[in-house]
Amino acid sequence: MMRYLLKRILIAIPVLIGITLLDYLIMSLAGSPLSMMQGPRVSQAAVEARAVELGLQQPFLVQYFTWLSQLLHGNWGYSIKTYRPVWEMITQNLPPTLLLMGVSMVLAFVIAIPVGIYSATHQYSKGDYTAVTLSFLGTSIPSFFLSLILVYVFTVRLGWLPSGGMSTLGTGGGFWDVLLHMIQPTIVLTASLAGSNIRYVRSSVLEILEKDYLRTATAKGIGRRRVIRRHAVRNALLPIITVIGMEIPMLIGGAVVVEQVFSWPGLGLLTMTSIMNRDYPVIMGVSLLAAVIVLLGNLLTDILYAVVDPTIQLK
Amino acid sequence: MTATAQKTKTHTDEPNRGYLHTVARRFLRHRLGVVSLYFVATLTLLALLAPLISPYDPNKLVGKFSAPPSLQFWLGTDQVGRDVLTRLLYATRISLLVGFASTAIATAIGVVLGLLSGYFGGWVDMVIMRFTDMVMSFPYILLVLVAAAIFQPGLWNIILILGFVDWPGVARLVRGNVLSLRETAFVQADRVAGMPTRHTLFSEILPNTVAPILVYATSVVALSILDEASLSFLGMGVQPPTASLGNMLNGAQSITILTTKPWLWVPPGLVIILLVLCINFIGDALRDAVDPRNLR
Amino acid sequence: MQNDTPQPPLEPDGAQTLLSVRGLIKQYPIRRGWFPRTVATVHAVDGVDFDLHRGETLGLVGESGCGKTTVGRQIVGLETPTAGEILYHGQPLPERLRGGERGDRTRLQMVFQDTFASLNPRKRIGDILGDPLLYHRLATRKTVWPEVHRLLDLVGLPANAAQRYPHEFSGGQRQRVGLARALSLKPDLIVCDEPVSALDVSIQAQILNLIRDLQHELQLTYLFIGHGLAAVHYVSDRIAVMYLGKIVEIAPSSDLFFAPQHPYTQALCDAAPVPDPEERKRDRIVLSGEIPSNLQPPAGCRFHTRCPYATELCKTVEPALIAHVPEDPGHMTACHHAQRWITKKGALQA
Repeated sequence: MMRYLLKRILIAIPVLIGITLLDYLIMSLAGSPLSMMQGPRVSQAAVEARAVELGLQQPFLVQYFTWLSQLLHGNWGYSIKTYRPVWEMITQNLPPTLLLMGVSMVLAFVIAIPVGIYSATHQYSKGDYTAVTLSFLGTSIPSFFLSLILVYVFTVRLGWLPSGGMSTLGTGGGFWDVLLHMIQPTIVLTASLAGSNIRYVRSSVLEILEKDYLRTATAKGIGRRRVIRRHAVRNALLPIITVIGMEIPMLIGGAVVVEQVFSWPGLGLLTMTSIMNRDYPVIMGVSLLAAVIVLLGNLLTDILYAVVDPTIQLK
Repeated sequence: MTATAQKTKTHTDEPNRGYLHTVARRFLRHRLGVVSLYFVATLTLLALLAPLISPYDPNKLVGKFSAPPSLQFWLGTDQVGRDVLTRLLYATRISLLVGFASTAIATAIGVVLGLLSGYFGGWVDMVIMRFTDMVMSFPYILLVLVAAAIFQPGLWNIILILGFVDWPGVARLVRGNVLSLRETAFVQADRVAGMPTRHTLFSEILPNTVAPILVYATSVVALSILDEASLSFLGMGVQPPTASLGNMLNGAQSITILTTKPWLWVPPGLVIILLVLCINFIGDALRDAVDPRNLR
Repeated sequence: MQNDTPQPPLEPDGAQTLLSVRGLIKQYPIRRGWFPRTVATVHAVDGVDFDLHRGETLGLVGESGCGKTTVGRQIVGLETPTAGEILYHGQPLPERLRGGERGDRTRLQMVFQDTFASLNPRKRIGDILGDPLLYHRLATRKTVWPEVHRLLDLVGLPANAAQRYPHEFSGGQRQRVGLARALSLKPDLIVCDEPVSALDVSIQAQILNLIRDLQHELQLTYLFIGHGLAAVHYVSDRIAVMYLGKIVEIAPSSDLFFAPQHPYTQALCDAAPVPDPEERKRDRIVLSGEIPSNLQPPAGCRFHTRCPYATELCKTVEPALIAHVPEDPGHMTACHHAQRWITKKGALQA
């Protein structure tokens, strides 16, 4: 197992380097961040001086390696726009996103698994149809639209919930305050996540229910419930783990739109603003973080696979 | 055999018209799928005919600002005085275009790469798969946003971006199918019969993977439409004055519009929902219709 | 086309050797670890020699896993031998099948076991048969349909079968199509890989008869692979018995069936059902144990772990495949104690 882990990590490094190189390359094609600075009040000389300061005059590869070596020293660079350390900005914005996405994903599974199983075992019943329709709706409604509707209903009409931000302005926050602010974005995110998860769970349970070994178990006289619980669910776990693995990248990026609409101070918002500002270092930092998390997520998924399915051998 | 033996159908059995026929028949059994198909087809038709049937020009200012629906303007006018209904039709057109075009691109790339990767294996497979992993590893939105930021938002850019970001899923799917098909007896018989690789790939393997590809493609279309809408909503997609279902919703971010002028944002939202929903239903019905278990 | 290749000299008994297999070895490495490190090897085929004469049918029997299918696949080019050579008309064959073969390799064709899997479910029979004809320029667009009908007729299928899809046919009919396809390229040799194992017994007889008839009609040569001795005996002129990757006995088929020299062959023959109630009473040789893994074949004679007559010699020295009766050079056995069975020849037939 250890060897497998080490091997995976070794492979991951070139992939990471590849990703960041690609990122950096694209970014350098994107246009200089200084183009944002230019205007009638900024002299050309000042712009150029700034360019030299930032090292933008140097050839691309040199810039990249400088950044990389800095990174290895723990320095993630400084934002061009705000001059704050990138690391600080990321670590500041990461928790809100993790909170939001984490809660939403967990909720989505908590809803999806029982509903999916119920749906599969009671196929063609009213409950099944309802579940399926709801899940389709969940995946078909654009997140921003749902957000708008929720805000209309709960903030404007009913005044129950705040329309944005993580905490009420002026206050320090506090548990209930954040919770209130969290409700609407979480609903939006959970709706679409649950929607697709229900479909996955349902179809994988259905597939397994049809397998012959289940019929054997039932014929043997094991009660239907027990059959489902012990045999079916265990085998349906595998595709579910796949799904979890696939959704891990979403931890970082999935909330971009929602964060924008609700002004939730998370990574998504940070990314949007830094993209608009051509703030290279921040973008690179976020990309790197995203890549690392995704690779870790894949690794975790593979390990979970091997744990759950004895027929899989890690090579 | 006499010359008259050529392609004669005997009077005994009518030969089965084959695969497509069976699939179509089974698709038609899904009422929801059929209804959705009609809906999407109608909408597409309307969208295509938009220049002919819309009452006004989508970019011309024809009425008062933000006028509510009336007999003259069925869906009212937007903030600068353009007819909402017309814009809606044109916007649907754009969104459909993005959806189908980007899916077509993604599918084309994915199929080719998947076929090569799955059939040849070895280092070809490894290189392609590593590349696929790299693209897939990226949080989707991030990739699209960054690309949109770099290459300047715009209709065709969006199509290309989405196309280049969506292909890994197709490639993986195709590769998996090819891997399993590669070992089947009829593919091996093909090799023993000395058929060229080109033939094996396109004549033997590809037709047997079309079904799952098609099902997957419908979900990609749905996803693309949603993504375009989100991007345009954020301002990174189709740019005004061109109407897109997403950027028509952009204005709703202001509370006044949200509460007092629903005709500005509810119709485009509804159209997106219905469109995506129906496409999903079609995909679902399609999946059942091509289920290989029922074909024997 | 068949007369282009130089003809090798005739064998002493007048038969012409079409195919020679010498020292054929096929191993599959099992890799574990980071950098592919071979931890074990599956010895699928471990040194097989035989000749196939034009016009004959050589049967190849053995249990599952003995390597007989692998031998067939190597002959046809689906697998590359690890060592050894395959000579066709005295010349070595180009190794692996590459896409678009047009040479000698197409003279060696195969009929597969799984009738459903061997035909592309999306293609009509007519196309399945016609495409190779068109590619190899054995027919033009104008002549391809009559040719397809001719092939169908040859295997006993009606002309309208060409319009239909594989799933509309029964297993036996599909196997006829498989035969038609193998025949379409005018091969010299057809490897039949358990062609009837998946069929009902009554259909088996039909297909076996068809195979035999075609051989007479078209002067074909067959390598017939199977695991049921009765079926193999029915179509074969000679039979080779394989065990764990090696041939243990090879002889003309009646000799093998009625006077087997190797204990394994004896057990196989005994296991073949004979429709005679009296047979229930005869002593059968029942083999003990399971077939050993071919990752680590037993030392000495591979069969010694299950042989009721194994001696110390058998455990240490591997017997060579030789003819134990000088007057009968066509009957070769790999057993140290084959003499024992030869003298008791009469007593074997209970």
